[in-house]
Amino acid sequence: MEKAIVLAASALGAGTAMIAGIGPGIGEGFAVGKACESIGRQPESSGAVTRTMFIGCAVAETTGIYGLLVALLLMFANPFIGKL
Amino acid sequence: MKITDLFRGSDGVDVKGPGVLCSFDIGGVTINLTETVVLSWVIILAVTLLLAWLTKDMKTRNISKRQAVAEWAVQTVYGLVEDSMGKRWRPIAPYIGALFTFSILGSLISMLGLRSVTADFNVPLAWALVTFVMIHSTNIRTNGLGGYLKGYVDPIPVMLPFNILSEIATPVSMSLRHFGNVVSGMVITSLLYYALSMITKGIGVALCTIGIPAVMSLYFDLFSGFMQAFIFIMLTMAYISNVDGNAEV
Repeated sequence: MEKAIVLAASALGAGTAMIAGIGPGIGEGFAVGKACESIGRQPESSGAVTRTMFIGCAVAETTGIYGLLVALLLMFANPFIGKL
Repeated sequence: MKITDLFRGSDGVDVKGPGVLCSFDIGGVTINLTETVVLSWVIILAVTLLLAWLTKDMKTRNISKRQAVAEWAVQTVYGLVEDSMGKRWRPIAPYIGALFTFSILGSLISMLGLRSVTADFNVPLAWALVTFVMIHSTNIRTNGLGGYLKGYVDPIPVMLPFNILSEIATPVSMSLRHFGNVVSGMVITSLLYYALSMITKGIGVALCTIGIPAVMSLYFDLFSGFMQAFIFIMLTMAYISNVDGNAEV
């Protein structure tokens, strides 16, 4: 019974952790939109803009990756089962 | 064995850490020889052999195609370092190039069906710690020890714990970003292979296990591996030139 509760809570927790995906999604969409705008304005600077955009996107993605790591931990390497 | 067995796909999802091939006991400390270590040796050996072959009998004129490739690679790395850090930082280019090569090959080794070297947290953490040491040594060299320590109480002494935290967060976030991307790609592809092989079992024809995994692998292994390697070196360079006040970028 205890194990079932822990497993259910872990599954819910894994799902909840992925709410973290919202932030990077909005942020990256905004960054890419701005990059497209600036490439449209100055097509000759597309190389530098794209490079900077990718780095910014990767940094913005970090929080989403943290959420994903938590979700993966809860699903595949659950630390709570061992504490029962 | 029937020909359809080749397209059977995976039977289940299992996400495991790198396997331990054998363990040594040296002075009470257990040292595990993991898959990661052995695959790193394989990568190092492969890169060494490749470079030895590329740079064999180099000439100053009438250069061979091999030498042209080698020169292109070296010039690209040096150009990238000069663009983002300035000419003064040219000596750091070999480190950046080695980091990029190791990172990208460590991620792409999963295309051979082996375990990605970078899917072991120890590997990106070690690289991030090297970067961490470089950032702080550069900072001390630029500002002097006094200036470096003064940076922690900038702008007001109350900020000390937050400044220390933000310094610690740099290697943690760098390594977790790389590790998380590679591992999530690994997990998602293994889930996908499992789903595809279930579909195959359901309809009895190996329809989905051909082709689709290759397309997925293109994004999760190739693109993601390349992007993370590139981001890792770009962030390394950005952080180092950030603390270097004399950089002429």
